[in-house]
Amino acid sequence: MFSFKTILDNLPTLAWAGRFTLLISVLGCALGLVIGAVICALAVSRSRVAQTVAAIYVSFFRGVPLLVQLLLFFYMLPLIGLNIPATVAAVVTVGLCAAAYISEILRGALNAIPRGQREAAIAIGLSPRDIWARILMPQALKIAMPAMVNELILLVKASSLVSVVGIVEITRMSQSIAAATYRPLEIYLTAAFLYLIINLALAFGGRRLERRLAY
Amino acid sequence: MDWGLFVRFGPALAQGIAMTIACWIAGTVLGMALGFVIALVRRRAPRALGWVLTAYIEFIRGTPFLVQLFVLYYGGPMVGLRLDALPAGILGLTLYGSAYFAEIFRAGFQAVPSGQIEAARAMGFAPGVILRRVEVPAMLVSALPALVNFSIILTKETVILSMITVPEIMFATGKMMAETFAFVETTLVLALFFWVFVEVISRLGRWLERRATHYLLER
Repeated sequence: MFSFKTILDNLPTLAWAGRFTLLISVLGCALGLVIGAVICALAVSRSRVAQTVAAIYVSFFRGVPLLVQLLLFFYMLPLIGLNIPATVAAVVTVGLCAAAYISEILRGALNAIPRGQREAAIAIGLSPRDIWARILMPQALKIAMPAMVNELILLVKASSLVSVVGIVEITRMSQSIAAATYRPLEIYLTAAFLYLIINLALAFGGRRLERRLAY
Repeated sequence: MDWGLFVRFGPALAQGIAMTIACWIAGTVLGMALGFVIALVRRRAPRALGWVLTAYIEFIRGTPFLVQLFVLYYGGPMVGLRLDALPAGILGLTLYGSAYFAEIFRAGFQAVPSGQIEAARAMGFAPGVILRRVEVPAMLVSALPALVNFSIILTKETVILSMITVPEIMFATGKMMAETFAFVETTLVLALFFWVFVEVISRLGRWLERRATHYLLER
């Protein structure tokens, strides 16, 4: 029998675990944006070496599954004598992975900025750093907005994988509750709907933000 | 680096790699087929059925694959769906892929110029013939990059099948790690395998795209 009581009883605990899901995906996205901007700068720079470094970074972090990357970081960091909390390691891994995708998003957005903007900035004598930070990046971020919301939604789903390394977010919490109540169907479906609600809310917020940025 | 490990675990790793590739092919082919059917049905579906399919697609796209697998594998038996790990994994990949593929096919159908369909109709082609000879070929050309892209994403989702004990590469290397604690070697195998796997598929995809759009180039 499908038991709605199990769902109602455990919903608060699951929803409360959702704060870690949100924390890891939002912080991961923020870190990814910072690193992604750097990788993007390397990719569009004139230096061959920088371009190669960026290309290898993107190809590695996009080519290797996040689950593998997570386990890699978790086993490797203690090996080289770094004992950082699991949550931090998870955020860093998610951020490093997101950076690869975000750098590509930003690169696409940079290409969409009219050439005249850059030429005008050079003509009025702005320094390369000012051109990057005040002319190109703000516009690129605006153009990249829809893709960034998309990326955040992907990260919310990807954050379910950090359950593997013992962080008690929605998925890990639902595993323990399912094991304790013998009601896997109800519990996992509830977890799925929590993710769905978070993602629908993000998509809705993203559309509103887009409309506001549109003019 | 202990090279002897690769000899000792060679057969197990090769089996894991074969299983990963098999799961990927099964999931991609079946997912594409189901997605195509969903996209076709959605075009002509009565309103209620259309809502059901839209809800299905939104559910699959809005929830993590890992959680979907748990629902299927651990929750399934409660409603009489008792599957072994491997069939459950392939069914999970198929359902997961079908939602994304259905959306790709829908966008592809929308990109077919309506003039082509009208012209075909004016020439007296039957609706089935228009679909088969005009719409589907044109749709496939414009949808190809997205199809390749999502197939690449699916290669990386196959490692999640290890969570429900499908003996694919992640499962095989996990065993190797547990028995030998050889961290560097196992990770190297995993990272290298996926790097090569993804690179091969994206090359294959680019080649396919070039062939499919060849006729569009000026001669």
